[in-house]
Amino acid sequence: MQRGHYKIFLGMAAGVGKTYRMLQEGHAEAETGRDVAIGYLEPHKRQETSDQARGLEVVPRRSVPFRDVVVEEMDLPSVLARGPALALIDELAHTNPPGLEHEKRYEDIADVLAAGIDVFSTVNVQHLESLNDSVAELTGVRVRETVPDSVLGTADEVVLIDLTPEALIARLRAGKIYPGENIQAALDNFFRIENLAALREVSLRQVAEDVETKRLTLHRVEPVGTREERVAADAPRAVGERLLALVRPRPSSQRLVRRAWRSAQRLGTDLDLLWVKPPGRPIEGEEERQVTALRQLASVLGATLLIEEHDDLVAAAARVIRERGSTYIMIGESTPPRGLARLRTPLPQALMRATPPGVDVRIIAHRGQKEGES
Amino acid sequence: MIEHFLVGLALLLGLGGGYLLARTQWSGKRSERPEEVHQILLPFTGTEISRRAVDAALRLARAEGATLMPAYLAAVPKQLPLDCAIPAEAAKAMPLLEAIEQRATAQRVSVDARIERGRSYRHALARLLDRERFDRVVVPATADAGGGLSGDDLIWVLEKAPAEVLILRPGPEDTRFVIGS
Repeated sequence: MQRGHYKIFLGMAAGVGKTYRMLQEGHAEAETGRDVAIGYLEPHKRQETSDQARGLEVVPRRSVPFRDVVVEEMDLPSVLARGPALALIDELAHTNPPGLEHEKRYEDIADVLAAGIDVFSTVNVQHLESLNDSVAELTGVRVRETVPDSVLGTADEVVLIDLTPEALIARLRAGKIYPGENIQAALDNFFRIENLAALREVSLRQVAEDVETKRLTLHRVEPVGTREERVAADAPRAVGERLLALVRPRPSSQRLVRRAWRSAQRLGTDLDLLWVKPPGRPIEGEEERQVTALRQLASVLGATLLIEEHDDLVAAAARVIRERGSTYIMIGESTPPRGLARLRTPLPQALMRATPPGVDVRIIAHRGQKEGES
Repeated sequence: MIEHFLVGLALLLGLGGGYLLARTQWSGKRSERPEEVHQILLPFTGTEISRRAVDAALRLARAEGATLMPAYLAAVPKQLPLDCAIPAEAAKAMPLLEAIEQRATAQRVSVDARIERGRSYRHALARLLDRERFDRVVVPATADAGGGLSGDDLIWVLEKAPAEVLILRPGPEDTRFVIGS
């Protein structure tokens, strides 16, 4: 059976509208004639959320005794028995009481997906295991219910529900997130502008990284077919610009790096620096000093320095270009070839031939006395 | 005819031998040269640098066949890791380094630029002095009390830098030649 499609609505904090958006999209799916059911909904006594759920079928919850109380939980067997085309299951990070099928709700969701049912679910960024510490450090609030980051990785789609901290605080003040008596306490503790700004940044980064990971892994193709076919299959991976500068451990490369970095800044993209080192030769003396300098410069600029040992510059560069999804290659001006080297294909042309179509190659000229100074 | 050929051959052999001998002696002389650092450091901060300081450093570098190392010193706030990326500081440094490099190229002086991080300007300079070797350090003193290396920093450079130190006092004719973005 084919696994269901998994879509996660990720937010920076409670109240940004994850559940609301999930229900909205659920309605939209139902309107197209799909069989949609709510597997579990946590409206948090929010009127807007409850209103949005109206009209969608709800699979009844089950009552589970836990310590001295009875809690209401998602009824996994009922959801599976009902078997809708799409199940809306809120709060995937939730921990189930003992005695149920699984300890965590994301594990219940895995069963639903395995049954071929599509799932929409929600989670806040601070529930992700790897971010739990940093979020706790940023906000002073640690959540107990965490989920492995891989859960996000299993989603086919991650939708970030973004809201400015100011707008979220306005929603809180308007009583749209917590009841009146809890508003001031929330404002004094978790819902501070600086906390929310930090969480928003973490969420945006998380989604950006997720997009990047999926781009590099899910769409990887096997190297079959002609070069043109492989290239065509690879091309959709390069959805954004990514710069790669071919450098050597020499002072003259610094200008190339500076130019490349400024281009990367203008394009709002990442910069990789690649040095293809001849194999078998140790890095020592002046070369070592220059490699250190390049490494330092890359670190200052937030660029990545890659050192590949290979005797064929073009082959090594082409491989890295494919792996990194580079769309823009910058190289320094070569010295005029002498003797038999004149017969060789010049580096820019060789790179153009070896890389996927759409990859631009730009040559940065040696520093000349072209402009006067003020 | 044969005599002419032999004379020509002897001349060719003589010239060839002379060339090889001269080449051997020249390379021998080169290898006998003591290893010297030949590097001049020009540390600076902020978004502008004195033209006089750059020109003085370039004159020295040209006279001594040395490489000029203009180094932008960046202070990294304590709440950030010392090795973090500093794009805003780098954006300030870039036009200055470009301008210095352009001026150096015009005077046929080789340049090896740096951007150095530290908790303070002095700390950044100390890190650079630890890592690299210099013959001279040219420090442009600034008339602006709020920016650049302080008086204490200059005294520290004089005491600690393992090189000859030139501190250039800003003069009335000292026009700033680059202003970073």
